[in-house]
Amino acid sequence: MDVVKLDAGYDQAFVDAVAEESGQDPYLCYQCGNCTAGCPYTFVYDLPVHQIMRLLQAGQKEKILKSRSLWLCATCESCTTRCPNEIDVARIMDVLRHMARREGHVTEKQVKQFADSFLNSVKKHGRVFEFGTLVKYITRSGRIWTDYDLGPKVMRKGKIAARPHDIKGKEEVARIFRSVFGEANDEF
Amino acid sequence: MNSELRYAYYPGCSGLSTSKDYEISTRAVCRALGITLKEVPDWSCCGSTPAHTVDHVFSAALSARNLALVEQEGLQTVITPCPSCLTNLKVAAHRMCEESFRNEVNRHLEQACQNSIRVKSVLQVLVEDVGLQALQDRVMKPLTGLKVAPYYGCIMNRPPDIMDFDDPENPVAMDHILKALGSEVLPFPLKVECCGASYGVARKDVVMHLSGKLLSLAESLGAEAIVTACPLCQMNLDLRQDQINKTLGTSFRIPVFYYTQLMGLALGLDKEDLLLDKLTIDPEPALEKMRQAEAEARSEEV
Repeated sequence: MDVVKLDAGYDQAFVDAVAEESGQDPYLCYQCGNCTAGCPYTFVYDLPVHQIMRLLQAGQKEKILKSRSLWLCATCESCTTRCPNEIDVARIMDVLRHMARREGHVTEKQVKQFADSFLNSVKKHGRVFEFGTLVKYITRSGRIWTDYDLGPKVMRKGKIAARPHDIKGKEEVARIFRSVFGEANDEF
Repeated sequence: MNSELRYAYYPGCSGLSTSKDYEISTRAVCRALGITLKEVPDWSCCGSTPAHTVDHVFSAALSARNLALVEQEGLQTVITPCPSCLTNLKVAAHRMCEESFRNEVNRHLEQACQNSIRVKSVLQVLVEDVGLQALQDRVMKPLTGLKVAPYYGCIMNRPPDIMDFDDPENPVAMDHILKALGSEVLPFPLKVECCGASYGVARKDVVMHLSGKLLSLAESLGAEAIVTACPLCQMNLDLRQDQINKTLGTSFRIPVFYYTQLMGLALGLDKEDLLLDKLTIDPEPALEKMRQAEAEARSEEV
């Protein structure tokens, strides 16, 4: 078991920033463990969600932002729904993921590549083009065998659109991206 | 039936592609029940999960562009079949109740959003505005004896204070619809447990495990079909069912319908309105069994 010294490496600014960005008070957590009990993703997490909450109270920025769990949370809202102190835990996980992204801690590279490929498609067409997203992801990740076995099923049944549905306002949508992330952003 | 069933309609991107069957059957069912859908003109993607995992203002802006388009149409309510779109639109509207957040979102939009629109799921409208009795009265071909496991997915009703419909732990809206159609609705304890969501591509192992659990429970309960209301759930459970079988050494063969497809069947809608041929796991054996049981029951009556 890892020992965390609560007086060592305590980063107050980090706790304040998470509280501010999520609109939640992390100190309301009394470690009942209900979030982890209901979390379907604990089996792939390196830190279960209640431990992330405790580490957050202890201001352990590095440990949290380098956690794989942040990238594997699907925002299924079990934790938020079941928290007896009404903490929006999923929103805190989201905010931690924003911070990890901003600070370049990407512990599940493919998850990020998939999300980026998705958003790239939205930026380009105004609506997500699923086939294009998959191709982009495969190009970025180099995982050329991803779902190759589904190909025949999908093609035979015409289950995926072969062409994007560009909207008239696609430039307007692209401007939302540029307005939020800046002209120079090339992640998406 | 209320004659004022007119809503702005937000189909969502997957409706144009991998969940075309959901989209077509949703429209057909609405038409049959007297609901007028006015598609949001030139709607754009809500950003789905990827957007909110990157930035909350950004995610809200992608949704708010669409809410602003609905405002221009002069309609009060927008409805969508997709739980992911629903969540994003609803969360955006909820957060924009705070003026400072709304102003921040509007800074990124060309057409400001007043945040005056109500967002609902198609499911909510069917249950609340059309009503179960009206639906039952329209059933022409009841799904008698078909044992179904209703699976809602994780975000249709959660978090409860934002989604504001049905029960967050044990939702029953779809159960009631399926009962009204004549089917036998099994209690399905994992009805809100996550299927693995969009990790099918980047972390397939996650979907194999989580969707595998759902299929396993459905099978052990004797379900002849699973019924969903979410494009992503449907894809994980249906299109990936063989992958799951290969990974877990199982041999599931459970058809996974959209609830609107079963509604269409019971309402006697045309084949072209249901697109059952899009399902990867052939639903015909389950439907044939249902028809045979009904025919036998009828011959016994005579």
